[in-house]
Amino acid sequence: MTLHSPVDEAGVQAAVAAAYAARTPLLVQGAGTKATMLRPVQAAHTLSLAACAGVTLYAPKELIVSARAGTSLAALEAELAGAGQHMIAEPPDYAQLLGVDGAQTLGGVVATNLSGPRRITGGAVRDHVLGVRAVNGTGDVIKSGGRVLKNVTGLDLCKLLTGSHGTLAVLTEITLKVLPAPEATASVVLLGQTAEAAVAALSAALGSPYGVSGAAYLPAEAAGVLGAGQALTLARLEDFAASVPYRADRLRGVLASFGTAEIWEADRSRAAWAAIRDALVLQPEAGWAVWRVSVRPSRGAEVLAAAQAEGAAGFLDWGGGLVMLTGPATECLHSTITAAALRAGGVWTVLRAPAAWRSVAQMVPAEVPALAVISRRVKAAFDPAGILNPGRIFAGV
Amino acid sequence: MISLPVPKADVLARREAIVAGLRRIVPGEGVIGDALLLKPYETDGLAIYRQPPMAVVLPETTAQVAEILRFCHANGVRVVPRGAGTSLSGGALPLADSVVVGLARMNQILDIDYADRCATVQAGVTNLAITGAVQDRGFFYAPDPSSQLACMIGGNVGMNSGGAHCLKYGVTANNLLGLTVVTIEGEVIRIGGAHLDAAGYDWLGLLTGSEGMLAVVTEVTVRILRGPEGARAMLAGFGSNEVAGACVDAIIGAGIIPVALEFMDRPAIHACEAFAHAGYPLNAAAMLIIEVEGSLEEQAALLGRIERICLDFDPVSLRVAATAEESAAIWKGRKGAFGAVGRISPDYFCMDGTIPTSRLPETLRRIGEMAAAADLQVCNIFHAGDGNLHPLIMFDANNAAQFARAEALGADILRLCVEVGGCLTGEHGVGIEKRDLMGSQFNAVDLDQQRAIKTAFDPGWLLNPAKVFPLLPGA
Repeated sequence: MTLHSPVDEAGVQAAVAAAYAARTPLLVQGAGTKATMLRPVQAAHTLSLAACAGVTLYAPKELIVSARAGTSLAALEAELAGAGQHMIAEPPDYAQLLGVDGAQTLGGVVATNLSGPRRITGGAVRDHVLGVRAVNGTGDVIKSGGRVLKNVTGLDLCKLLTGSHGTLAVLTEITLKVLPAPEATASVVLLGQTAEAAVAALSAALGSPYGVSGAAYLPAEAAGVLGAGQALTLARLEDFAASVPYRADRLRGVLASFGTAEIWEADRSRAAWAAIRDALVLQPEAGWAVWRVSVRPSRGAEVLAAAQAEGAAGFLDWGGGLVMLTGPATECLHSTITAAALRAGGVWTVLRAPAAWRSVAQMVPAEVPALAVISRRVKAAFDPAGILNPGRIFAGV
Repeated sequence: MISLPVPKADVLARREAIVAGLRRIVPGEGVIGDALLLKPYETDGLAIYRQPPMAVVLPETTAQVAEILRFCHANGVRVVPRGAGTSLSGGALPLADSVVVGLARMNQILDIDYADRCATVQAGVTNLAITGAVQDRGFFYAPDPSSQLACMIGGNVGMNSGGAHCLKYGVTANNLLGLTVVTIEGEVIRIGGAHLDAAGYDWLGLLTGSEGMLAVVTEVTVRILRGPEGARAMLAGFGSNEVAGACVDAIIGAGIIPVALEFMDRPAIHACEAFAHAGYPLNAAAMLIIEVEGSLEEQAALLGRIERICLDFDPVSLRVAATAEESAAIWKGRKGAFGAVGRISPDYFCMDGTIPTSRLPETLRRIGEMAAAADLQVCNIFHAGDGNLHPLIMFDANNAAQFARAEALGADILRLCVEVGGCLTGEHGVGIEKRDLMGSQFNAVDLDQQRAIKTAFDPGWLLNPAKVFPLLPGA
């Protein structure tokens, strides 16, 4: 097992070119904080991007930042905060949830396209990737997009590479759109709802004109982690200082038919949403699996109920559209969750599972045959020798 | 002049059999083979380029599209997908040996789901019709290209269309949940759905903006958003492009992202004012239209903050709308901009590069110099917040020398956009128009990587094959 840890793009290129020449698979990773996701990669060598770090361009007035893939997300977010800006997609940090050490990297966040609560209004990580530089499976540097906010020049490889888990090319540098961080925030919170009522309430909140930027439901067990004695239904506002109290009041009116809502002010609201973002309201036992399920929002409650009936714990975000689940790593629970996800018109991603079934069970839904053919051809178009994270998402891709 | 691939002689020779084959799939008037009736399809919104296709077929169902593509694939026939034909980059320009697959008859709204805030429509539904179907409940579909009355959602997906409000709401790609597409092999594939984000590869993201080269879109699931309580606009005129640009920086630097932030230079102000009588400041060298959203109090508070920022830049004119009617009056000139330019010039090119906003004053100055050297008039109307320029080059296509100079000037302006750190196209697409400039933005490796993806979807290069990528020798 060799660890390549190049310090620049030329080093990445050299490592990939050598692996291509030798037809030797590479495990491509950032800090490895999401190594438990999806299928295990069989590779003799690891290519770590962790040493390719640093912000290369930050133009706050142009709403863009560029950084090398190995830049720690915390360092990047600190730099943005210094100029009063933030990452729009609010990416989660699942290290604690998944029980791994390390500081996740920008490259890892982009390669997995994991977005937080603000996804519902602000968009996903992939919506803000304006440009990428990457090394494909033959060792060539490729680039797509650029450093401007609007760009439809050529095929959008930024979106294809975002969320491709390092299977198509090795990201070396990423340019993101960023935005001013909101002046103020607060949450309108209902207590003691059922999941069905909560999703209906969140749907009403998201269908209101008040710009709800977070919409989550924590059943009593998850709410207990926040010190609450009963289930919580939270709708978050982020806006100008003068707007937040006004909008919170109006939103409470929208939700009046569901119950009398509390207003959680800035600090309490921020703490709750940080725990929701990082799924810290879930406390998986050792050996438990973790699933992230994205469905039609109105069907989230039924997915949660189906999983709970088989011994899982979970909560809802994205107005019901995101179901975060943990439970015993049994085939029965896995098939319950995947069947419920399909019935609810959605998809699942396994964030953690025992090694034994990561390589046999479906970590994400299988593609229909016509699409699977295209997947293999696109994989070959980037990585003809199949050396970049082979099998990470699908067997043989 | 743009070059097209050599038509396939064997396909042209089988024209009648191919038309007959298409008629077996789509009966009646759904197949057009008559030269006179093909006339409306020989061009699109970039009307200077014209080429009639071999035939046009107008399917009504995804199943028909699949059969058509399977038939064309089996017969080696090139296919050009077409929505409303409003492309400003020649994206729907036919090839002589091609079948145009027009999606105009697929105009049904299939499902509206307010609880899940999404709508599923056929590809031939117009952009504005989606908003029209949901606005009585206070919802809207966000991307708003200026052609939104006519342009179709399938074409919006093909070009990843933007609009005046994408600074806040994003472009087409940011507002889609699912697609039904048909591959050139006739396979119907459902991508995404009513949920957010793919679990595997982001095919939705790749297909959006792929200009009809990877698959034909037949159904689209879009996000619909609840509209704000209200919106209001203001207008600010400044003494120079530089000062107006600095004011844009100051607004964004203050942490304010207006829902729209439009920039017009002096020639644009004069052209629009003469056309629309919107009360634009004729003494200003540059003008901003700034729109904010929220309750009446929120609008007033935000406009007040923006007004105070503008006052730091010695505005020659400042007008804050007090009512929705006054807002509409401010927008009236901007929305009529293309008509205004059409009134003073027989023809114009609407360019579409994007630049880093910090390079705005320098870029506008150099565009002015280049226009003067070419002895052509250019006016600039654009989305200032995101640096998406729309220089309008005025010319007379009947004057061959002037036409050639206008084409060359357009190419030079786009190369300038790339040179200052921007790109060739922000929202119109590459199409045929910017195809041969792709080498200024991408090197051979980048282009070959993109071509390899095209090949993965369409090994025979039958789907819209002459667009986006410079033709290879021997094509």
